[in-house]
Amino acid sequence: MAALNQPLADLAADLTGPAAARRPSGLRASQRRRLNAFRYVAFIVFGLFFLLPLFAMVRFSFEGAKPGTWSVAAWTQIVSYPGPPPLLSSIEITLELAAISSAVMLLLVVPTMIWIRLRVQWFSKVMEFICLLPLTIPAIVLVVGLAPIYNKIERYNVSALMLFWAYVILALPYAYRALAAGLAAVDAKTLSEAARGLGARWPTVMFRVIVPNMWQAILNSLLLTVALVLGEFTVAYLLSYVNLQTNLFEISRSSENAGVLFSASAATLLFAFALLLILSYVGRRLRRGRP
Amino acid sequence: MTAAASTKTGARPARAGRRPPVAWVGTVPFLAYTGVFLLLPTGIVIWNAFKGNTGGWTFANITGLNTGLVRSAFVGSLELCVISSVVGAILGAILAYAVASGDPDGLIRRLYIAASGVLAQFGGVTLAFAFLAAIGPTSGILFHASWFYDFPWGIAVIYCYFQIPLMTLVFLPAIDGLRIQWREAAENLGGSTWQYWRHVGAPLLAPAFLGATLLLFANALSAFATIEAWEDQISYVVPQSISTSLISEVGLANVHEGDALAAGMIVMVVIVMSGYFLLQRRAARWQR
Amino acid sequence: MSALVKAAKSEGTLNVIALPNDWANYGTIIKDFTAKYGIKVNSIAPSDSSAQEVTQIEQKKGTSLAADVLDVGGSVATASTSLFAPYKVATWASIPAGLKDPSGLYFGDYGGYMSVGYNSAKFGTITSLSQLLGSKFKSAVALNGNPTEANAALNGVMMANLAEGGTASSIADGVNFFHKLKAAGNYVPVQATPATIKAGTTPVVFNWDYLNTAAVVGQSASTWKVYIPSNATLGGFYFQAINKDAPHPAAARLWEEFLFSQAAVGGQNLWLEGGARPSEQAAMTSNGSINKTAAAALPPVMGTPIFLTQAQATAAATYLAANWAKAIS
Repeated sequence: MAALNQPLADLAADLTGPAAARRPSGLRASQRRRLNAFRYVAFIVFGLFFLLPLFAMVRFSFEGAKPGTWSVAAWTQIVSYPGPPPLLSSIEITLELAAISSAVMLLLVVPTMIWIRLRVQWFSKVMEFICLLPLTIPAIVLVVGLAPIYNKIERYNVSALMLFWAYVILALPYAYRALAAGLAAVDAKTLSEAARGLGARWPTVMFRVIVPNMWQAILNSLLLTVALVLGEFTVAYLLSYVNLQTNLFEISRSSENAGVLFSASAATLLFAFALLLILSYVGRRLRRGRP
Repeated sequence: MTAAASTKTGARPARAGRRPPVAWVGTVPFLAYTGVFLLLPTGIVIWNAFKGNTGGWTFANITGLNTGLVRSAFVGSLELCVISSVVGAILGAILAYAVASGDPDGLIRRLYIAASGVLAQFGGVTLAFAFLAAIGPTSGILFHASWFYDFPWGIAVIYCYFQIPLMTLVFLPAIDGLRIQWREAAENLGGSTWQYWRHVGAPLLAPAFLGATLLLFANALSAFATIEAWEDQISYVVPQSISTSLISEVGLANVHEGDALAAGMIVMVVIVMSGYFLLQRRAARWQR
Repeated sequence: MSALVKAAKSEGTLNVIALPNDWANYGTIIKDFTAKYGIKVNSIAPSDSSAQEVTQIEQKKGTSLAADVLDVGGSVATASTSLFAPYKVATWASIPAGLKDPSGLYFGDYGGYMSVGYNSAKFGTITSLSQLLGSKFKSAVALNGNPTEANAALNGVMMANLAEGGTASSIADGVNFFHKLKAAGNYVPVQATPATIKAGTTPVVFNWDYLNTAAVVGQSASTWKVYIPSNATLGGFYFQAINKDAPHPAAARLWEEFLFSQAAVGGQNLWLEGGARPSEQAAMTSNGSINKTAAAALPPVMGTPIFLTQAQATAAATYLAANWAKAIS
């Protein structure tokens, strides 16, 4: 009987604590040890698999002109590589694209999702289907159909920033998942009814009542969009635009000094990774901050 | 019942059954945007697939899909996608379990989720070059591992590089949804770990797992940049065939054939995604 | 001509496409053009193929981003004449008849011979293609691109075809050669670029001779050698064309005049300095305007040059489409 006390106590803690606490504390000690052993092995194996090519890439980026020598030339070249076009300009364009695409995506999706959740619930299935489509329609197919549309757009604005129209679509599947998970965790109906009962209008309900409860999800979707834009190649390439990845592709094909290719890729990855990591901590603070 | 009477300030309560058409308006921006930039291009592709080179309507592009070369590209795509999605799903599920069974606020979980978010997008030129650096003869770590060039197993390993993180991202919520109480209930009833997984865990996770595998399959199907950057000498998979039909400079360019191939791909992914959708609905029941 | 210069200068910009800086000295040509006329040159997508050039001008039609001039392979040129505007440069008569469209829709600019570039310190001197089948060349031999897509790669296979005793009308022997190469484990299905040569992934490369010069691939001239088989001297030319809907038509025509100028610092001699053979080479040699040092530096051509006709190229492409994948997988 005594063996049940610990599981029961944990059960109580689980029922009252945050739903996310998944520590399997109900396990017997030997099972716990086995689980931990499995976890450490898994992390090491997967960690090696993921780190190996990245490590090779970083190592290659520190190689000098002659094999066996070391230099940071590849890293300084990120800023100074002339192109044409200069690498720095395509980095700028890509970062701007990331910002614009995230903003437009959030503006488009978040109000719509909340609205659907509150007013037109049956539509959520349709929205989910539409949002998942881009994951499966190959970019190369999409571009074939997007080309005439972009031709029209280009009569007004030839900047590569116009890619954001397509990038929002590409980001939909990842962003939608994150936002849907966040919205599902919020009891939107109760909150909205309470707010409406207190006299709030719909915009207030959406932006001052529900959205603040979705910050974690919004941040997640924002970051997934940024990661997508930083790594996007196919659409920009097939529509003859210059962004970071197409520029790196050109460099890889035309220059024997591939060092900058590796350093720029490593820098992009580290940047996106750092962003995602930082924002997961910001999310925790936001969650803890609520009463 | 007069709606105004039920609130102090006269605001209409949320459940007003009148004027439902107005609620529709809220979905218009989203529908318009996706209509123009997602549904319309897809429609254009399918439309063009039925147009001949001389401008009329024809089935020739579709029937032309049955030639040996195109069939082998579709078979190649299927092989690569099945392998990378099954292997990626299994390994990704293992990794997701390892992450989920730890401290939910811990560093390892954050690290792996952040890494998955980044690596799921990591593909194309940079991934191909990273592997080239890893296996190349001069500065590489694994010297002359030329089996990487074999199709489909070699390139499937590279595909797993972004399939496993995607699986982790997609499957983690499902594992999180396994209530600890169920595990404990199984314990209390005298079940062992194996019995728990066999009778409780696996059936609950199965729809989500299968759905996620389908998602990985669709993802592999549409991947183009990576295999193109890795070895573009042979059109192994359909996206490369589409690319050839669009950019070949030795007289093999046929834009309408490219459209037909694209339409064929759309059919494949629609089938796969419908399956995913149905499975997700079943899985969602347990994830509340 | 001065009216053309004035009109071009008032346009102020020129869009070119698919011109890598190290391809036949285009980097210098672009710089010199800008220095001479003050016209800014936008170099779009340097690594694009000929067909991608055509796609670009179709996609960007009517915008200011469309390429003004194209430099394409033969089959793409003849297939896309409806997109070109006819123009005859001042030195039109010096271009051989076989290298131009009579109405001026496209005209040959430069060419070279298919060659094998290799690291002689590692592999010794290559005197015949059949040496490549030996065990010394494990995982070493690469093409420049996909033969079903890229002109250069198709000609690479055709050169092997001719060296193996085949004829220009059937590329089967060439495909067979690469099949043997793959079976011996010597073939690397990676596109050869200066970066892969430096990394050591592709130390032996089939490419046009002007792309296989030591300067272009970034290797030392003492170790990097170029071999053109005497029994398989396969030549190929590229062609200039002007976009019918060019956003900068005067600049486009001025560019063509610059490229085909026979001056000591004109396009023809600049190409020659890049290791390519300009189309007006014969005429320039007789009238003495050719850069003799650069001409002498070209790799020696021993055999009788062969040039593929349009029909032969198409037949080769069709055969490759059906059989290439099978042969090297």
